Parts: sequence; structure tokens; C-alpha cells
Amino acid sequence: MAKIHVNTTINGAPTEFLCDANQTLLEVLRDNLGLTGSKEGCGSGDCGACSVTINGRLVCSCLVLAPEAEGVKIDTIEGMADGDKLHPLQKKFIEMAALQCGICTPGFLVASRALLEKNPSPTETEVRYWLAGNLCRCTGYDKIVTAVLDVAAEMRESAR
Amino acid sequence: MSEIQYAAAKSIKDAVKLMAAAKGKAKILAGGTDLLVQMKSGLQAPGVIVDVKRIPEMVSIAEKKGSFTIGAATPAAVIGEHKKLKKMWPGVVEAINLIGSTQVQGRASAGGNLCNASPAADSVPALVAAGCVVNSQGPKGKRKVAVEKFNAGPGRTTLKPGEIVVSLTLPARPKNSSDAYLRLIPRTEMDIAVVGCGVSLTMKGDTVVDARVGLGAVAPTVLLVDKAAKALKGSKLDSKALDAAAAACAAACKPIDDKRGTIRYRTKIAGVLLKRAAAIARDRINGIEHKSH
Amino acid sequence: MSNPKYKWIGTRPDRPDGADKVTGRARFGADFSLPGQLIGKVLRSPHAHAVIKSIDTSKAEALPGVKAVVTAEDFPEQANLIVPTGEMQVNLRDFTRNIMAREKALYEGHPVAAVAATSEAIAKEALALIKVDYKVLPHVIDVAEAMKPDAPVLHEHLLTEGANPPATKPSNIAKRIEFNKGDAKAGFAQAEVVIERDYTTQAVHQGYIEPHAALASASEDGQVQVWSTTQGHFQVRGFCSRLLNIETSQIRVTPTEIGGGFGGKTVVYLEPVAIRLSQKAGKPVKMTMTREEVFRASGPAPGGNIHVKIGATKDGRIVAADCTVEMQAGAFPGSPVGPSCMCAFACYDIDNLHIVGFDVVSNRPKVAAYRAPGAPISAWAVESTIDILAERLRMDPIDLRLKNAAKKGTKTAYGVTFNTIGMVETLEAVKNSPHYKMPVKPGHARGVAAGFWFNVGADSSAAAHVGEDGSVTVISGNPDIGGSRASLALMAAEELGVDYDKVRPVIADTASIGFNFVTGGSRVTFATGLAVVNSVRDLIRELKARAAKVWNVDPEGVIWENGMAKPAGSNVGNFEPLSIAQLAAQAGRTGGPINGHAQLNVTGAGPGFGVHVVDLAVDRDTGIVTIGRYTAAQDVGTAIHPSYVEGQLQGGAVQGIGWALNEEYIYNAKGRLENPGFLDYRMPVASDLPMIETILVEVPNPSHPYGVRGVGEVPIVPPTAAIGNAIARATGVRMVDLPMSPPRLSAALDAAAPRMAAE
Repeated sequence: MAKIHVNTTINGAPTEFLCDANQTLLEVLRDNLGLTGSKEGCGSGDCGACSVTINGRLVCSCLVLAPEAEGVKIDTIEGMADGDKLHPLQKKFIEMAALQCGICTPGFLVASRALLEKNPSPTETEVRYWLAGNLCRCTGYDKIVTAVLDVAAEMRESAR
Repeated sequence: MSEIQYAAAKSIKDAVKLMAAAKGKAKILAGGTDLLVQMKSGLQAPGVIVDVKRIPEMVSIAEKKGSFTIGAATPAAVIGEHKKLKKMWPGVVEAINLIGSTQVQGRASAGGNLCNASPAADSVPALVAAGCVVNSQGPKGKRKVAVEKFNAGPGRTTLKPGEIVVSLTLPARPKNSSDAYLRLIPRTEMDIAVVGCGVSLTMKGDTVVDARVGLGAVAPTVLLVDKAAKALKGSKLDSKALDAAAAACAAACKPIDDKRGTIRYRTKIAGVLLKRAAAIARDRINGIEHKSH
Repeated sequence: MSNPKYKWIGTRPDRPDGADKVTGRARFGADFSLPGQLIGKVLRSPHAHAVIKSIDTSKAEALPGVKAVVTAEDFPEQANLIVPTGEMQVNLRDFTRNIMAREKALYEGHPVAAVAATSEAIAKEALALIKVDYKVLPHVIDVAEAMKPDAPVLHEHLLTEGANPPATKPSNIAKRIEFNKGDAKAGFAQAEVVIERDYTTQAVHQGYIEPHAALASASEDGQVQVWSTTQGHFQVRGFCSRLLNIETSQIRVTPTEIGGGFGGKTVVYLEPVAIRLSQKAGKPVKMTMTREEVFRASGPAPGGNIHVKIGATKDGRIVAADCTVEMQAGAFPGSPVGPSCMCAFACYDIDNLHIVGFDVVSNRPKVAAYRAPGAPISAWAVESTIDILAERLRMDPIDLRLKNAAKKGTKTAYGVTFNTIGMVETLEAVKNSPHYKMPVKPGHARGVAAGFWFNVGADSSAAAHVGEDGSVTVISGNPDIGGSRASLALMAAEELGVDYDKVRPVIADTASIGFNFVTGGSRVTFATGLAVVNSVRDLIRELKARAAKVWNVDPEGVIWENGMAKPAGSNVGNFEPLSIAQLAAQAGRTGGPINGHAQLNVTGAGPGFGVHVVDLAVDRDTGIVTIGRYTAAQDVGTAIHPSYVEGQLQGGAVQGIGWALNEEYIYNAKGRLENPGFLDYRMPVASDLPMIETILVEVPNPSHPYGVRGVGEVPIVPPTAAIGNAIARATGVRMVDLPMSPPRLSAALDAAAPRMAAE
């Protein structure tokens, strides 16, 4: 049962780890690398709490095998703030009370950032459909959607 | 104590070799959005996982003289971003883009969706309506199969031992053609289709000259409903023709009662979706696009 | 838009735990680990109902890497004793059997054994090596079936409590309760219009995104440490103490951050098992549930069958009402049928009431609390019936409710007389709302419904400590499930007269603060808020005493104003005001550390009333419902942090929408759950919904210094009927069974208009 040696990049930092063939990326992030910000809500890709991006593409890390991390760029919630400077989405989520218990928040933030990087001017409907894979049971989504739309508007404004 | 092995194949030949060496105990890993779920639930317990995403042909889209060949492991999100493919086959692309959430879209592939062989797979009714051809390769060489003949039953394909699906080819199509895929789900996202219907049309003026209808989630495999297509051909998509095509779909259904829908409901919805999908396909030919969202 | 009465209360500052929660730093249950820990896993019954003839764990124990195995033999027998938990009650004899099956497996998923091993893979392998000899018995899932005289009986000792004449034969009916007010029979005789219907609801899960998780570490000297994602770490301590015969002071429970609970985490499943495994193995044991285990084995909210009869005079005055509720308890008695009956007509001032409830066991997981436990079930039936009455009388549904609204002085069916409440104000707020004033869009229809919940007070302890630099730490003992840290800090800042940022709220473990009842029952802002306020008042008393010492005056001569100690008047002396920092600097000389504390058991929580309006469209061909506009109005007492109050209304409303449209437990013929996952247990997703508008009606609760009224539970009560009422008005079809999922609605529409149904 030789472990697989993986070389990857996580939040900009070169990272290596040993894993079994059938370990998921989520397990390795949480159990081997101490990056517990990505959460397991279902283990089957139905809740989005484990969302990360791989080469900029939004995915559920519970449905990625750890060996697939070889040679790719992974970004997790832990890399979203810039040092002690919160990302505008993180700041806005706090400001707008877009979280109650907070368990889904990392997933929503990673997913929202991916959305705004792809589409800086989403409509409310586009935001809702993009985030349909992120379940929240506390907020009813209202303040989350408002926060994302507000940040989109602010980012467009400051880009001018 | 994991004895499972992982290998990233470098070429199709390499993948075929790895599959052969595992003697039936290997599974192909494309997006993993079905395989990993099934491994967790115990439904699948592969000895070897062969990752095909590092093989260029399997994750790219090529166009040749109006015909598109889509690598079997191309992520749905990448397919959705291919402007030309989307223009030529909006129904196929929207069907593939309905598989799961945005996160799942980042990984799931049409090849994986097809090979998982769920009767409710979203991509398949549209591929059937499109007349898609499945290109596979195995120890005995290459093979082509019409997509409507590819699956044998729930969870079963007609792939021979050691064969893998390499790509899906959509034929070149005449002008004034388009397609559409609709599915019925209880929510607006995140559900398995209760019924899925793909319609592809070629029109001359306001008359349908060619049609194909694919119907999913109402039988053990996705159906090519010839009778529905026949009812549409030669018509102006008037209510008589649509009613007849809808009735043909309802008649072709062999659905089950399960946690997602009833026989009665599925049978009714098959007809409803046929009418709506045909209308969207016709509108697209006339340059009208419906904003679904 | 803040509250003009206050400086801080009513504002919307950042929550104190915000940075941790948006960066992934905050640690939830599964995020805790200890060096050398083992992984614990549970073996669960595949059968809905079976006698456990024997369990052979020898092969599992022999597997290398397995350090401990437990079965019911490792847990002491418990007496037939009832203890409170959250808003429900548990019987300890039943509770220990729910944690670990003894004589019988009573539901698919029922724990029968557990192992702790050096890795999850080994633990899973060990489970497969445990041999359980089951004798499968006939099972029963449905309430109506379970009540039949020939139904398979779950508990041979169960005789219906409250049966008249007394029960002699065991049955699945654990309890019959009855509430009366006036004379319902005479009341109905006066009625000019009588509406009578039967309704059903299905079991629904709280749906918290974070599965249960616990980490237990037992020492050789008998002490135990537990980290648990829970709504009540004092409950965890108490239950584990009882279930394992350990003194409460030997158990220290630290609440982790909690990823949702809604009542479902006011009980324990893993903690006693993890402790026992840790005791046997001599190592920490970490246990988490998979999502599938959460569905198969943790308590959902019950479903039930409800019969409602309402009688009114032609002018809309309700003269009599009758309701019978048959409610699922799951495998052990203890459904919230009591609250369901009590809440049924609580929104209204009706002279004659007759309400009967049945608590019925069946082979499903034991139910747990879910946001206003029991109330949504009777409200579905009652609010739908009131809507039928409104249609029959051609009265506006708000006006009909205004005519019968409960107010101060209304006596409920359960004997309590209301003090100041906000039902009328909430109805009027809805009537005057932008939503209600706007005509219904073509193709849409509008539904209205009301809801009630008592809200509770109960026990809380709090403390306030002054740091050497004058900053203040406020300590309490309720896990922060929805932003309560912010509300507690706002009240403390308001009371103390200092900036919100100068008050740091902290949630202490069971060893570091006095007893606290759960985070639940809509009680934290009210009761723990009150304890915090009282502890700050105690602190202020102490601060004034210190100033008095500094000035050498009588403490009576010192007042506290804007965060400073001041002489009460010039006659006391011409002293400069002293800040907390200045007093802290002199603490050693004036008596030592400056702390305040308070503890209470409080009543007067103040019931809450909600009124919801929904505009929706129904696709008649598919039965798909699209919600166009939704407004949730509620009397909230005083909104301490309005954003989080709005959040409670929005979150509860959306849970209710899921309950109305798609959520249900689906069992197969073998009594096995078919949809134990988020794919087929269909909770609302973002694209299903519009924005949820909220109207916060502030009718201050006279029993709280800041007028706080509990808000968290009421919002889940009105949505199902609001949606059912809108669907009835859209289609002419009255749905009586939940959920109103597309196949069901489509079938109902087709049945009502057979000639319109598609071939």
C-alpha cells in the first residue's frame, strides 16, 4: 500500500503530500494539510460546502481524488484574504449578515469569487443559478445574493 | 489499507493498456462526479482508477467540416464555453450544462454521463436527438456506435471488455437546423431529471423536413422516439402534429414509480416537454432565443 | 434605520466572530482533532424492526488497529425517568436505547455497536466483522397504520397514557392528550358556517449543513473532555453524565462552532458513544456522522395526520374550533404533540375549543425538535381551514384574522392568558405592506397564513469581567448559532454605555460558566440577553462602588452614565468622571478584580406571532410552483440586531417553503429510507427563491429591559399554509397533503379537471 506522492500548489504555495489513491482532495486538505476551512456537508457533491477552485475552475473537492492534485493550482477559502486584508466578498458577507451559523460560508465565498471572476455583472437570477450548488439552511439565501450583487457593483465601480 | 491504485494515462493507447492489465477491475476516471459518489456508497469498488484527463483528445473539442468531435472527458463547463458548438447545437450544450451544480459542471463530462448509463442522464436525450456517434477504442481497435444503441440498461453500456469511450461526434447538419433540451425537475436545479426530452429539427420555411426526438428517464435506456419524429416531419408544428408527437412520446414511455416521479406523471410530462422543446427548437431556427435564465 | 430609543440596540455592526467565519478559521465540530486520536464509527441496523438476538464483536476486536468496541452492554440501564431537553422531553430508559439498541432494533439506522480504530478505513472494516443475529419483525412506518389495533407493536410495555378508559393492551399510541376551553359542542351549534377537513404532513429533517460530530477524551482519573457541535453543551454534559454514570463536574464540554441545529442538535447521539470508546481505549475518539447517517439516524420533525373543524357566524366570528392531531414520535415516545395542540388555535380569540392529540410510535428515527416543534403541523391544517372559511365568507383573509385575532387578555386553550402581544399589529402591518397593497400579477395568486410560538426563557448564567485596560469581556454559555454574540454585545454595550467594540462576548465551556439551557426555544437573545444585562448591571454596581472608594463617598452618591462613574450631584463632590479604564487601573487598591455575574431562570419570554404573504404561479401542465414574491412579517419585540432578526425570518420562511413544496422522508416497503441525501431530500436552493421581504413589527415585551421577544421559531409556522392557500386560489384545488410536490399537485389538478388532462 505505497502512498502516492503529490506535488501541487495550494493558495499560491508549493505543497506536497502523501495520500492513498482513493482519498479525496477534501480529506487531504482537512486531515493531512490542516486546511479545515473547506467543510464536508454531504460527501456527494450536493451541498457545495467543500468548494475549491482548480486552475480557476469551481469544483467540489469531495469529488476530486487527491492524486489529481498533481501539477494543478488549488485555491481554498484560506487563500481568499490577502494577508490580513479581507477580500471584498468576505467583508461584505460580514457587513450584510450574509451568514448565520457560518458552515456554508467558505463554500459560498469561493463560489462567489469564481462567479465574479467569470462574470463581473451578473443579474440576480444568474447569481442564484450559479450558487444553486451551495446549500444554506440558515439564511434563505436572500442576504447572500444581496451581498454578491453589492460586491459586483462595487468592483465594477472601482474598476472604472 | 487501500489497495486501490491510481494511474494518469498519457494517451488513449496507454489508457487501453492500463484497462487491459487490470483485467476488468479498472474504472475510468473522467470528472469523477459519478464514480466517487458510487465508490463512497459501495456501488463501485475499482482496483485501479485510470485518469484520462491528461489525454489531449479526451478533453478537447475539434471541428471538421461542420462536424464536432467532443472529447469524452471534456468538462461540461468547457463545453458550455465553446461558442461555435453552442451555436450549432444549443440543445446538446444546454443538456450537458444541466448536469448538476456549477461545481459539478467544472468536472462532469458528456462521456461520463453517457457511460454512467443512468436512464435519467441529462446529456443523452439531446445526443440521441442530435444523431451523435460514440467513438470507442479497445484492445481490438476502434469502434463507432450510434448513441441511441450505446446503453443496454440502467448502469450498463454495450462497451466490450477493455473498451473506453474516446469521443462523441455530432454530425454536420444542414442549415435551418437547431435543437433544444428540456427536463422536468421538482426544484429549479440540483435534481435528477424526472423526464428529459431532446428535439432536433431541420426546417424549410415553416415546415419541418427532418426531426429526431430523444426521451429520457422514462425507460431503462434513453429512447429514440421515431413515431414522434414522424409526426413532426412534414408538419408546420401545428397543434395536431404536436399532439400526435406528444402522444407518441407518452406511448413510448415505459416509466416506473420511484422517489422522483410516478408513472402517470412521467407519461404526462413526456408529452408536455416534447411540445415545449419542439417550439424552442423551431424558435431558435427563426433566430428567437428564450432566456431560460 | 436604527432604533431611536437606543444608541447601540437596533444598529447593524459586524458580528464579533465574522472574520473567523469568512476565512475558514472558525472551528466547527469536525475541525477539532487531538494527537493520537482514534476514529469511531457506528454499526447500524439495516432492519426497521428486529429483535437483536446476539452480537458477536470478537472478530472486530481482534482486527489490528481496533482499540475498543462497545455495545449496549457498555452502557448502564436507565430508569423510566423523564428529563427536559431543549423544548421537548426525553425518557432516559428510551434515550439510552436510542443511543445504542438493546433488546430490539427499532428503525433502519439504529446504532447497535460502535468501534474506535486508528483509521477510518480500519474502523469501517471492523464494523463489517461484527456479527449481529437479528430476528426481523414486521414493521410499521405510517401513523395511521401504527394506530391500528393489529399493528406491529414496538414496545410491549407501552400502554397509552391518558387513555379513557385506561389502556390494558400495549399499543403504539404512547399518549393521548386533550385541551378544552368553553364548550365546543355548544359553540358549533351556534355556527352558521362549518368547515371540516383532514390533512397530512410528512416527516422533514432540520437540514443543518453540518453533520453531527464529537471528540471525546477520557482520562484515567475519571475526567472526561468533550468537544461537541451542539445547541447545548450543558445538555451534552447532563445527558452523558446520566447515560454513563459520571458526575457532571467530571465532564467538561466545550461547544464548537455549530453549523446549524434548528433543534436537531439539542440531543446527543455520538457523544456518549465517543466517551465510552475513549474510556475503553485510553485515547481520544473522534466521531462524525456522514450525511446518510444524519438522515437515517438523527431525529427529524414528525409528520402527522390532522383533522380540523372550524365553526363561524356569517360575519366571520369564529365561535368554535376543533382539532385532532395524530403525530409521529419515531421509535420512542415523545413527539411534540403537546405544543402542536397548544399552538393550533393560539393566534385567535375563540371561546370554544376542543383539541386532542396522540403521540404515536413507529419504526422511524426518534423525532427531535425542529423550529417550533409541532406547531407547523397543526398550523398547516388550521390556517388552510381558515382560508377555506375566508373564501366561503368572501372575506379578505387578513380581515378574517383581524376579526378573530388574539390580543392581550385572550385566554389560550392551554390556560395561559396573553399579556402584551403583537398579533393585531402584525396583521395590520401586512395589510398596509407594499406587497399586500400591490395587486396580484396576472398568472399569480396570493396566499396568507399566520403562525404562533410560545418562546421560552429558562436558565442562563452570565458574567462580565473588566480587563486591566478597561475593556470588558462578557461571558455566557450559549453556542452562537445565528449571530447571538453580536446581540449580546449590543445589549451589554447599551447597558454599560460604552462602544460595541469595547465589549467582547465569549462563549464559555461547561466548566467556566454556570448552567445554561440550550440555544433554542428562541431564548438566547431574551433569556441569556437578560442574564448578560443583569451581569453588566452587577458590574456597574461594583464599578460605582469602586468609584465611591476612590472619592471616599457613599456608593449611593455615585451614578453611572455614558460608560463613566459620576457623582450623583454637586453635593456629593466635584469629582471628574471615572472611566472603566481608570477604575480598572486602580482595581487592586479598591478591592481587587472587577467582575459582575448573574444567573436566572426566567419566564415571560413573550409569545411571537407571524403573518406571511406569498404570491406564486402554478404551471398547470407540470405542477411546478414558482414563488414570485414572499413577505414575512412578525412581532419581534425589539430588534436588537435587525440584520440577524431579518435573517431568522428569512431562514425560517425558506425552511417552511421547502416543507411545503418538496421535503419529505420516503420509505420503501422494507422500512428503509430511500432518500438519505441532499439529492433526493429536496431542500430549497438559491435559484428556487426570490428575495424574502421582512417586516419587523416592534411590540416590546414588557418582561425584558430591552423589550426582547424570541423570534427564531415563529417564521417556520406560516409558510406551508400560505403556499397552500395561494395554490388553492391559483387553481381552485385545495391541497391537504404535504408536500405539494409537482407529481402530487399535477395529479390533484388533473383529478379536478379530468377533461383538461393531457392524453
